[in-house]
Amino acid sequence: MSDNVVDLPIPGTANRKDTAAEAVAGTKAGRVKRRLTSRWATLAALIIAVVWTIPTFGILLSSFRPEELIRTTGWWTIFQNPGLTLDNYRDVLFSSSASSPQLGSYFVNSLAIAIPATLFPLVLAAMAAYAFAWIKFKWAGALFVFIFALQIVPIQMALIPLLQMFTSILQPIQAQIHDVIPLIPEQTYVQVWIAHTLFALPLVIFLLHNFISEIPSEVIEAAKVDGASASQVFFRIVLPLSVPAIASIAIFQFIWVWNDLLVALVFSGGTADVAPLTQRLAELSGNRGQDWHRLTAGAFVSLVVPLIVFFGLQRYFVRGLLAGATKG
Amino acid sequence: MTTTDLIGKLLQVGLALAGFSAVLGLIFFFVDRAPKRGRDVVQLLAFLLPAMALIAIGLVYPAIRTTITAFGDKAGNFIGLDNFVWMFTQPEALITLRNTVVWVIIAPAVSTIIGLAYAVFIDKSRGERIYKVLVFMPVAISFVGAGIIWKFIYEYRPAERDQIGLLNQILVWFGQEPVLWLQTEPINTLMLIIVLIWVQTGFAMVILSASIKGVSIEQLEAAQLDGTNAWQRFRNVTLPGIRGGLVVVLTTITIATLKIFDIVRTMTGGNFNTSVVANEMYTQAFRAVEPGRGAALAVVLFLLVLPIVVYNIRVLRQQKEIR
Repeated sequence: MSDNVVDLPIPGTANRKDTAAEAVAGTKAGRVKRRLTSRWATLAALIIAVVWTIPTFGILLSSFRPEELIRTTGWWTIFQNPGLTLDNYRDVLFSSSASSPQLGSYFVNSLAIAIPATLFPLVLAAMAAYAFAWIKFKWAGALFVFIFALQIVPIQMALIPLLQMFTSILQPIQAQIHDVIPLIPEQTYVQVWIAHTLFALPLVIFLLHNFISEIPSEVIEAAKVDGASASQVFFRIVLPLSVPAIASIAIFQFIWVWNDLLVALVFSGGTADVAPLTQRLAELSGNRGQDWHRLTAGAFVSLVVPLIVFFGLQRYFVRGLLAGATKG
Repeated sequence: MTTTDLIGKLLQVGLALAGFSAVLGLIFFFVDRAPKRGRDVVQLLAFLLPAMALIAIGLVYPAIRTTITAFGDKAGNFIGLDNFVWMFTQPEALITLRNTVVWVIIAPAVSTIIGLAYAVFIDKSRGERIYKVLVFMPVAISFVGAGIIWKFIYEYRPAERDQIGLLNQILVWFGQEPVLWLQTEPINTLMLIIVLIWVQTGFAMVILSASIKGVSIEQLEAAQLDGTNAWQRFRNVTLPGIRGGLVVVLTTITIATLKIFDIVRTMTGGNFNTSVVANEMYTQAFRAVEPGRGAALAVVLFLLVLPIVVYNIRVLRQQKEIR
């Protein structure tokens, strides 16, 4: 977590000092703290770290063990019962046999859902945030507070009527598209995209507004004086300057969508045409809870993308996550 | 998955992105060419209207509809408070409420305590980063993934066979009988709560660790010169110094706990009396085709979350003012 990434409203860090002051205090702090941390504290920390890591490690190791061994022995007996294989991954991802969960197509669905469901709300929210911050209009303050307050409403409040609206309005349109372009199935991603976009908008507008409203007004005024149009100001100045905030929020939104189960269950229809990995895995865990060679490998297939994001883009991930922690 | 399927999917995404860009392009095209006189209004509408219309049609209106539905039966006839009466009188619905209360009492407190203890233990220690990453990692994982990971830990085999679930193996090592963790009441709800604790502790730890780094070193040193021990310094200096962080962590995890759905859905499906409000809402509304009851549960969820979110926002605002 570096300090110079982006200033999103992050809880709990209010009285953090700036980096320079921290660096000076660092050595002093080290002296005090070293005496604070006793041997027992280190031991306790070590135990917590191990307990927290073992579950993931166990499932990762098991996913590489042959089916027969997973079914009969624990992964901690790996040295007595050696054997590692990639068969489980081949089976869950690429096998076309009826008993295979065929996760390949659900993996594509997860990506196909998450990428647009990240882009759409971010672009629309950036536009709205720009309007709230830089275009003066009546009731701006009240409207903004209202949008902000919408975070309070859990998505459960919108699910039932939203599904009814989708069924009566979107379904016929999708059927028509299917008639014209048979390649596109009748059940499309549209519902899931729209639902995720809707549920993201209030929070993303709020977070981006915090950032966009702090762009120095001289920059924007100067551009306007030079004859830049509204869309030029937005695309050439506001968006580029907001990249750090947008990156953090985008990562949070992407992971949120990727990990979501509820929206998928309600709006995807549950077929291999649309359903994401989470939905498929929850279904497998319910129906075929004993197929551990498939569940372990399948779980890891779904974990790999968030973990890559987590390890690769950690500073953005942490910022985005903390800023969006109240979402849902 | 056949190649045609894949092409169909790529086509959908491509068309959606192209369509989205085209609509935006059109909007901006007309904004920039709007007549001088009404230009401000046109600009405002172009930037604001897409998001506002979506929110009005897709969030505000449905939320109002849900509230109305909560007072209706299957056919939509007005039945007053019957759905709420059902919720607070029928045994199966009461169990759902009871479980939610148990979740809310245990999960936020335990994750915060462990997260705080861990943050204090590893503060300024060697390898602090690695320590943090290990406990924080579950935060990136989906609840579905976490559910499967822990189901594997809880897996049961009869006593005469080798255990493949770690928890039962540990019992067997200590000479105990293995337990059907997810089917045995009331322990199964606790087993599900552990999964949420496992995920949320990392979140609590990261925020509290940042708060701890803001506690004044001078005060800690002064307290040390006064001859206090580590626990006294923690109680009297560190703890008051991180109050804001603690409140944020507790409220945020409480909100997440109230809305918990995926863990229950993945691990037990709400069977064996483990259902919670959000899971029951989904079951009633989309499986049992009881939209009235589902809506009533959604409304109750909203009412439960409401005060905590308001409080949370107030604390966050105060913190911002201090900064």
